[in-house]
Amino acid sequence: MTTDSRSNARTAWIFILPAVLIMAAACLYPVVSAVRLGFYDWSMGTPWAQAKWSGWTSFEIVFTDPAMWRSLLTTLKFAAVSVSAEMFLGIALALALEGNIRGMAFFRTLFILPMMVAPIAVGLTWRYLFDAQFGLINAVLAVFGVAAKGWLADETLAFAAIIISDIWQWTPFVFIMVIAGLANVDTSVLEAARIDGARWWTLTTRVKLPMIAHVLAITLVMRLIDAFRVLEVIYLLTFGGPGDSTEVLSLHIYKTAFIGQKLGAASAISVLLLVVVMVLTWLALRMSNPLADSEKDK
Amino acid sequence: MNDQRALLAVRYVALTLLAILCVGPILVMTLTSFKTQAQTFTTGLSFFFAPTMENYRDVIFDSSFGRYLVNSLIVGIVATLITLLLGCMAAYGLARFSFAGRKTIAYTTLMLRTVPLAVIAVPVFMIWSDWRLTNSLLGLILLYVAVNLPFTIWLLYGFVLQVPVELEEAAAIDGCRPWKIFLRIVLPLIRPGLAAAAIFTFRIAWNEFILALVLTDRSTRTLPVAASLFVTDIGVEWGKLMALASLIALPPLAFTFLAARQVISGLTAGAVKG
Repeated sequence: MTTDSRSNARTAWIFILPAVLIMAAACLYPVVSAVRLGFYDWSMGTPWAQAKWSGWTSFEIVFTDPAMWRSLLTTLKFAAVSVSAEMFLGIALALALEGNIRGMAFFRTLFILPMMVAPIAVGLTWRYLFDAQFGLINAVLAVFGVAAKGWLADETLAFAAIIISDIWQWTPFVFIMVIAGLANVDTSVLEAARIDGARWWTLTTRVKLPMIAHVLAITLVMRLIDAFRVLEVIYLLTFGGPGDSTEVLSLHIYKTAFIGQKLGAASAISVLLLVVVMVLTWLALRMSNPLADSEKDK
Repeated sequence: MNDQRALLAVRYVALTLLAILCVGPILVMTLTSFKTQAQTFTTGLSFFFAPTMENYRDVIFDSSFGRYLVNSLIVGIVATLITLLLGCMAAYGLARFSFAGRKTIAYTTLMLRTVPLAVIAVPVFMIWSDWRLTNSLLGLILLYVAVNLPFTIWLLYGFVLQVPVELEEAAAIDGCRPWKIFLRIVLPLIRPGLAAAAIFTFRIAWNEFILALVLTDRSTRTLPVAASLFVTDIGVEWGKLMALASLIALPPLAFTFLAARQVISGLTAGAVKG
């Protein structure tokens, strides 16, 4: 039996080792390095051997820097506003449009298109749409008699612009998740509630939504994780401007490192972002662990 | 009965409006790619105009376009193939064998899935310089494989679990080695999962912009980085930019139409059964 399980373990390692090696070298090692870099004073382009240990200095500088706190606040605001809007819209639309409608598969295909388009196309197309002079959005507003706005030149409007583009791209994700969740709800329960005289509103809030609470929770956490990671579309749409009104943490890290050349500081902020995202990820795993089913029978 | 008909009609109208909202910006991008530079600066509601192929001609016959396209194709296809191969092997190993360290590897993999790219951009730049991988396609491929493996393993793990163990056990009794069982029985049965994983990996490797911007130079640039060059200090060449952006958007959109079910199964994997 022992020889059997030993050869079993060897076979298992042959299957997983290549993937583990690559993830360790090109994903885990960079993450660990990001944390380590926070404790060193090193400028890009110089040999790593010349880097000097600087202890907690970078962290002290970063955590007393108002720009970092503004960026953190921007990120929190962005995540809160965009994710709650996406959850509300996605759930409402799914409830209104669920059911066996002919052609639903085709509509669902159209809805997932925004998620598949390259960030370079999404970010710059929205920049074109939001343009003050020739953008489609001002043109549509003009039809309703609203004066042209300098969307990307105004701090509040630019923030609205990154929210709107995010809502456009990710509300369909919530919609698809909720529709899929609703499709799995046991119809006999709904039938029973209906026979008991439950009206649409009661049926929805007391029966349907509680039954898919698990799907809603995991969707919420997945959206939050992505909202904290957001970088490319905002980089291309506003590049954090005007001022630093749309400079989310990811972009702040990028600018600190590649424009400000302050690698220690960038890494210190990275640690903060990493902690936030990892806590959310851990939460997501608590709720829906893809390994859980098999753990029971092992 | 009439009420139900009216309700159905309202639903279709609502679905159509939503579809227009979703597809609208993509259409604007494509329409703009057929406008002359002068036309791109006219007001936003000009949908009727004499289309020009000028932008596509300029973009495609640019002397570097071929190289950037080949770079993007190599990076996208090679990264996807390696990710799929290593990912399905690892998923099988994790799902069907028990061994010391299994849990640690499984959980580390799950946590790595959500690492923000901004966090690894700086250290990767440093490490790749050390390993002489900057400005090489190999460096980009290695990175895309590494960041896509966690999701791929996680997705395929679920598909492997659904393969009836009895099939594998029967094959083992017939004297099949684990490799043969994997290739002959498991792989064919998890094909839908492989398709979903392929689309999601290719989407990242083909679309990714920031890391490619940091890690490539004139000769190893990918298409998204090339597109960003149309944004300059003096202004944006909207027509050419939209033409190239449309070309970049084309393959992922085509895959979505061809395999919408697989894309949706990838999106909802883990949270929703089925």
